[in-house]
Amino acid sequence: MAEFTMPSLGADMDEGLLQEWLVAPGDQVRKGDVVAVVETDKAAIEVECFESGTVGRLLVPAGTRVPVGTPLALIEAGAAAGARAGSRAPAAAPHERPEPRREPAREAPRAREREPAGRPVRTAAGPAQPQPPPPTPSPTPTPTEATAALGAGPLVRHLAELRGVDLTTLHGTGAGGRVTRADVEHAPSPHVSRVRSTPYARRLAHDLDVDLTEVRGTGDGGAVRAADVRAHAGKAAGEGERERPRNGARRTAAAVPAADRPEQRTDAMRRAIAELMSRSKREIPHYYLSTTIDLTAAVDWLRRVNRGRPPAGRLVPAALLLRAAALAAREVPSLNGHWRDDGFAAASEVNLGIAVSLRQGGLLAPVIHDADTLPPDALMNRLKDLVERTRRGRLRGSETSGATLTVTSLGDQGVESVYGVIHPPQVALVGFGAVVERPWAAGGMLGVRPVVTATLAADHRATDGAVGARYLTAVDRLLRRPEEL
Amino acid sequence: MTATHTPDATPAAASDRKTTYREAMREALREALRADDRVFLMGEDVGRYGGCFGVSLGLLEEFGPDRIRDAPLSESAFVGAGIGAALAGMRPVVEIMTVNFSLLALDQILNNAATLLHMSGGQLPVPIVIRMTTGAGRQLAAQHSHSLEGWYAHIPGLRVLAPATLTDARHMLAPALADPDPVLIFEHGSLYNVSGDLPADAGPVDLDHAAVRRPGTDVSLITYGGSLPKALAAADDLANGGISAEVVDLRTLRPLDDATIGDSVARTHRAVVVDEGWRTGSLAAEISARLAEQHFYDLDAPVERVCSAEVPVPYARRLEEAALPQTDGIVAAARRTVGEPAPATGRPG
Amino acid sequence: MSTTRTRPNRQAAHRLALLESMLRVRRFEERCVELYSAARIRGFMHLYIGEEAVAVGVNEALTDDDAVVSTYREHGHALARGVPAEAIMAEMFGKATGCSHGRGGSMHLFDAERRFYGGNAIVAGGLPLAAGLALADRMTGRARITCCFFGDGAFAEGEFHETANLAALWQLPVLLVCENNLYAMGTALVRHQAQTDLALRAAGYGMASWAVDGMDVLAVEDAARRAAEGVRAGNGPHFLEMRTYRFRAHSMYDSDRYRDKAEIERWKERDPVEGLARRLREAKELSDKARGALEDRLAAEIDRAVAAAESAPEEPVEDLLKYVTSPVEASPP
Repeated sequence: MAEFTMPSLGADMDEGLLQEWLVAPGDQVRKGDVVAVVETDKAAIEVECFESGTVGRLLVPAGTRVPVGTPLALIEAGAAAGARAGSRAPAAAPHERPEPRREPAREAPRAREREPAGRPVRTAAGPAQPQPPPPTPSPTPTPTEATAALGAGPLVRHLAELRGVDLTTLHGTGAGGRVTRADVEHAPSPHVSRVRSTPYARRLAHDLDVDLTEVRGTGDGGAVRAADVRAHAGKAAGEGERERPRNGARRTAAAVPAADRPEQRTDAMRRAIAELMSRSKREIPHYYLSTTIDLTAAVDWLRRVNRGRPPAGRLVPAALLLRAAALAAREVPSLNGHWRDDGFAAASEVNLGIAVSLRQGGLLAPVIHDADTLPPDALMNRLKDLVERTRRGRLRGSETSGATLTVTSLGDQGVESVYGVIHPPQVALVGFGAVVERPWAAGGMLGVRPVVTATLAADHRATDGAVGARYLTAVDRLLRRPEEL
Repeated sequence: MTATHTPDATPAAASDRKTTYREAMREALREALRADDRVFLMGEDVGRYGGCFGVSLGLLEEFGPDRIRDAPLSESAFVGAGIGAALAGMRPVVEIMTVNFSLLALDQILNNAATLLHMSGGQLPVPIVIRMTTGAGRQLAAQHSHSLEGWYAHIPGLRVLAPATLTDARHMLAPALADPDPVLIFEHGSLYNVSGDLPADAGPVDLDHAAVRRPGTDVSLITYGGSLPKALAAADDLANGGISAEVVDLRTLRPLDDATIGDSVARTHRAVVVDEGWRTGSLAAEISARLAEQHFYDLDAPVERVCSAEVPVPYARRLEEAALPQTDGIVAAARRTVGEPAPATGRPG
Repeated sequence: MSTTRTRPNRQAAHRLALLESMLRVRRFEERCVELYSAARIRGFMHLYIGEEAVAVGVNEALTDDDAVVSTYREHGHALARGVPAEAIMAEMFGKATGCSHGRGGSMHLFDAERRFYGGNAIVAGGLPLAAGLALADRMTGRARITCCFFGDGAFAEGEFHETANLAALWQLPVLLVCENNLYAMGTALVRHQAQTDLALRAAGYGMASWAVDGMDVLAVEDAARRAAEGVRAGNGPHFLEMRTYRFRAHSMYDSDRYRDKAEIERWKERDPVEGLARRLREAKELSDKARGALEDRLAAEIDRAVAAAESAPEEPVEDLLKYVTSPVEASPP
């Protein structure tokens, strides 16, 4: 069985719109036959298959836009007349053709295909662009940024920048601790009135321990020049200039203002994420599944358990979701492990990577080792601790590696579902959306119930849709029986 | 035209010879042709005519039509042929009449000469030398006068030379031919008639280093090629006003000698870049940017640039002069950097 | 000008070798299509499928000392020249073991040892280079020739005409092989040339020139041998217009809006590879079994090339600036 995948049709092509199927399940195809029409940014192009055989299932319906490498159909080898199985014989050689080449089945009805193996991959009206999953944790911890700074509006930020005020050092007096314009204006500014001077004069002033604000400038527009600094320092003109110490270290430090560094770190993280995610999308043929799970039982159970607990000690739904994700991974081991050297290696333990977004942008995926052995309470404590320390940049080395399966949740961002990008070399990523109330039909009755959408992005090299489906089914079943968790 | 200044800093020795830039260039070619059978000169009218600017006059008689090879007016074909011959082991010197005409061979220079070594993963070095005239000052108007060497200095894979002195005219060719990679030599049209004494003891020029043509302490005048005599004249004027200007001759426009430029500016703290190219996107812009990057904390004044006006070079003498960098403009720029708009009586504080 | 006739009684072994050589190009490129579709090969990739007879036939007229200058559609020229499939495949994978150390990709294959001077992706840009290689041979009295491949599109470029004139003027030992596949990318010959008889126009420069059936490898070989002999004999440049056709798109994939499907099918009936195979089979020189064995051998060879390319190391990023200028200590001969 071979996969016919979305081909790369040009140097700049990352995805294509499967415009039309020219074959239907059961059709015989030869290597080189045109089987579909793909629309790229440039043109509609007839694309060929590279295997001879019988068209099996069409995995992606016409009208769907999918990334390059996405399996579009299955081709069962060996069935095509005259073609040697697995051989690269000239099946299309004219003199060997036993029958006229079949005309592409343009008449094949577009909607005839059965349900594809996975849920459609990003159909036009489909789920949103998959959310980037966790990158390799950065070796440099990210510094805390005071929440007050986050609340500052752009105008206030701009003002702070002009005055050289570090927002994170301010105590906000606005609503909710927000830093206001007045807070910035009343803050002590490191350089309230910047002295106009040449760079060399500034350096000289530093070397000679001269306060620039006390120097009268004679240059253009009153700029302080080197000569002014020397005059102020009471040195003879021309003397200090040739004798001045060339303090390399000091100059280097001055050339790299400290304020640049967090930005650089953020840039480095962005690049790391870009690199990893590109690699993932380049190498891993993702398939995506989703299911909506009724959380009535889980929510009821949580309410019972939390009764009498102080707010800080209450179990949150996230703990149950993680617990279910971990237990289901144990049940479906072919999603829990790594793709290495062209093969899947199942892991013996369940180490959940947890996608944690950082306030200044970027994200990390710290690991909860042996997550399947932790009861919900322990899991929740680990989770809280881990998220908090991730955001403070205080992760331990062991917490940054070894994940066998990653979980991402954008529920607190208010979205209903998240289709993630797999973190190589892992082979799957589980996503949870927000717990929301929705109309729900059960047993012929309509009611309002708390539900959550669980998704799975999985590596089609390692598993097929049926395996992924088993996993989501297991998560569903576990969450319906919270008392067993 | 006679140069007001002898650009070479070396004082004339007893055995020095009186010569011109043109003759020095010819002498260099003759030496190269005698020294190495693989060397040949190819270009439009290099043979019977004696070279558009008379550089190769007499060489045909000495070396014959095979090695002093007149080419049809096909810049792309004969420059490309020079590249092919270099690939096959020859050491061609290709002459293009003017830099404006070199645009007809730009494909070969950029897409082949500068690129083959890299594109082939190091297999195909291209040891070619391409000479051409550049620059204005002779009322040749807008298709024979431009200074586009800065464009070529933009291209990785090329070495770009601008001999400005008799010594460099005489002694840059040999090291250029010894370079395994393509070398472009830009000869400013106004220099051919410059005469002076050629030091007898001068050897091959070190192509990796710029030269300080005149030491000074207050401001660095950074220039090359046809602007060097103007910069030296400006330094004389400035000295009369008590300002000590150092004159740096880049000589090699790619790769730039950052160390020599930087050392000079670290001493003087002020820089004026003189470049006959247009200001926008010029070599002068590149040097200014490097000074800002590498020597920001050495600068005691904004970097000044003296470039050509942003206009195709006009024919009329007054207009042409106004379009080009001139000594007065260089002096004024230097004065601005030391904060003296008018001629001063004493040295700045 | 005349179209050449093939010689009878050509050795069967030789014909089989030609078939193998063409089939290697064909199968190699078919694999390239797969790898490109799977995004293992990227960039622009121009396939030679349909034109194999030209590269293979012309190569028969060249010796190891001769030089070849090619275009961006050069997989066939490189393979026929003997550049190993591994080195070409690795180059397309951008690997360190590629014949251009990953700096060139599909369009810029080079092999100095085999005097294969690329891989020029500027239409007609290789022509002046070829003239120069030939000039050097002429000046040094070396008895070797330079063969330059280019397409019909080059006839619209000044560099072709400058070089044709220069080569004829200086009587340079260069063999000019125009692969007239009727389209300059998507523009048909009749839409870009006022006079479409290209051999006639080349003859206008005073060089021997004739048109050849570029779909018949035996005709190509004959013509190339004749022309190369003339060049070697010191009769100046010779020009061959190879009338051929590319079966696939200009660059990997295009929508083929500029030509009729029927036209492509008509040309496919003249497939140079299957055409020769049919003749060999009819002459009882190629059994079905032998054909199968040949296919298997080539498939294995290409499999090895792909596997080697897959496992080859990447060029280290630290070497990014390598090969921009020559290392200081090294100087070419």
